[in-house]
Amino acid sequence: MSAEFLQFLISGVTVGATYGLVGLGFALIYNASHVINFAQGEFVMLGGMATVFLLGFGLPLPLAIALAVAMTVLAGLALERFAIEPAKGASTVTLIIITIGASIFLRGGAQVAWGRNFHSMPAFSGNDPIVVGGAAILPQSLWVMGGTALVVVALRWFFNRTRTGKAMVASAHNPLAAQLAGINGRFILLLSFGLSAMLGSIAGILIAPISLTYPGVGIMLGLKGFCAAILGGLGNPMGAVLGGLILGISEAMTAGYISSAYKDAVAFVIILAVLFFLPSGLFGTRGTERV
Amino acid sequence: MYLGRIKHFAIALAATTLALGVSVTEAAEAIKIGSFLSVSGPASFLGDPEKKTLEMYVDKINAEGGVLGRKLELVLYDDATNAKNAVTFAKRLMLQDNVDVIVGGTTTGNTMAAIKVIEEEGVPFISLAGAGVIVDPVKKWVFKTPHTDGIAVEKIFLDMKNRGLNKVGLLSGSGGFDKSCRGNAQALASKGGITIVADETHGKGDTDMTVQLTKIKGSGADAFLYCGFGAPTSIVAKNFKQIGMSMPHYQTHGSASMRFIEGAEGAAEGVRLPAAALLVVDQLPDSHPQKKVAAAYKEMYESKTGDSISTFGGHAYDGLMIAVEAIERAGSTDKAKVLAEIEKTNNFVGADGIFTMSPTDHLGLDAASFVMVEVEDGGWQLLK
Repeated sequence: MSAEFLQFLISGVTVGATYGLVGLGFALIYNASHVINFAQGEFVMLGGMATVFLLGFGLPLPLAIALAVAMTVLAGLALERFAIEPAKGASTVTLIIITIGASIFLRGGAQVAWGRNFHSMPAFSGNDPIVVGGAAILPQSLWVMGGTALVVVALRWFFNRTRTGKAMVASAHNPLAAQLAGINGRFILLLSFGLSAMLGSIAGILIAPISLTYPGVGIMLGLKGFCAAILGGLGNPMGAVLGGLILGISEAMTAGYISSAYKDAVAFVIILAVLFFLPSGLFGTRGTERV
Repeated sequence: MYLGRIKHFAIALAATTLALGVSVTEAAEAIKIGSFLSVSGPASFLGDPEKKTLEMYVDKINAEGGVLGRKLELVLYDDATNAKNAVTFAKRLMLQDNVDVIVGGTTTGNTMAAIKVIEEEGVPFISLAGAGVIVDPVKKWVFKTPHTDGIAVEKIFLDMKNRGLNKVGLLSGSGGFDKSCRGNAQALASKGGITIVADETHGKGDTDMTVQLTKIKGSGADAFLYCGFGAPTSIVAKNFKQIGMSMPHYQTHGSASMRFIEGAEGAAEGVRLPAAALLVVDQLPDSHPQKKVAAAYKEMYESKTGDSISTFGGHAYDGLMIAVEAIERAGSTDKAKVLAEIEKTNNFVGADGIFTMSPTDHLGLDAASFVMVEVEDGGWQLLK
């Protein structure tokens, strides 16, 4: 029984860490612009697909990963520069609709460029499971968890210790005051899209050996990442990661102990309940005037 | 003046051609085979080999003298995997092009959408799509050639019983094919011999099925069946090995693609599934009834297109040949006569199996039309 529990927990944490990484991207862009970027899932897809594509050219894995992340960041910057920036001044809802359009465009582009088939990516350190207390864990799951932890630490350092990071935090708290203090709001917005694309692509690459990758892989991951972000309190990066873990573990436990048919339903019920009783999420700031 | 003369000449030429054309068609009007296929769009990987197969074999039949002394003419439209287009093209084929028979409808959705107008107009229609709902209940003018998921489950359960396995742990996805397959498994199990001891599902786009598999592992099942297709087939195979499961592992013909084996990265070894004989044509014994047909199709398709064969092109081959043979037997293209002759298709050896249709069976295949294969050394191994 305990081995079973451990297996469910491992599965939940692995999946939850991915949700958290995707959720982080939502939180960053929301902070900079109050826009929900629905193309976040497509950044995840681009990371995985581009890596597989580059590996196909015989590039070594680390180089392929670095190039794939760079390509996705370029896509994120281009999205901000050519789709969001020209519509500056439009309402938030309009901008959100633009990101939905961008997500369809990216997905379609990937289908044209790489086909509709699914691709596998070799695991970073083999496929032999490690058995802990009767539960089997894939080395790649450790990469996902470790990668998420590393990103969280790096982001904390970035936001607390660097000038640019602090400027982003300041813009999130009060855009007008930040601009008066000399912070370039446009640059912050551009930066947040680049950073989100980077986080998305890292998530996509870390999970590709487990989930395989295909043009539509970002749809559900994006949706779950969005849930993680609102669960943690939109705009709170650490909250998004915790939200992702809660979501992943509750899904696994529901599937394990209640029924796999209700897995997704229970996750969404949790979100509804949290939003009903804590409208700003588990770790969000209270008393926000935004609805 | 000069231009005027050319104009006159052109008109005269056109008139002559027209007159000639009319007299030629009166002598031997071409038999029109209509088709709407998803050559582009999401289902293009199905529609493309179907289109190539139809074109290839219509040319071949014409080169050999045609049917009833008349040439075949293929009228083919690309519905771009869009059901609305399928309906429009089905109407155009019947009302404008006046085709004698329709062989097409790549996906179940497009087929089902077009069925209504085809039934109203009354043209024999052989669909190339998978789901059983197309011919069950039987519709007067509608036939199909691909196996259904129900036949696949029947074949799998037969194989299980032969190995003395009777407690099945079932996992299925949430797509249309997955659900239909699960429903068939439940229905067939209730007929006796097999008990479903675990019935798990996973969501669309799920990336990890270890939780469901852990439950199945602990459920006392002695065999595992996965109903689904696409990326999850490989994920399931990997997760299955990851948590150290060793019971016999079955999947459906939804996994009968090299993508499944490649995606699983070695974890697909030992997985059994039912597949069309075409998939393992090189391993078929010479005594196998489908050997000659399947080998000839493979040889022709691969030499003409340079692509490797897929079972989807095989559906189109069967559809076209069943239609052509029915027209030959009917001795005319009278739609009611052709319909009656398609229903009389008896022991037609095709790429998908051996068809014997009747007024109550518009598919004409049974579990014997599948062969069981097992993944071995990264390829398909035919099981005896």
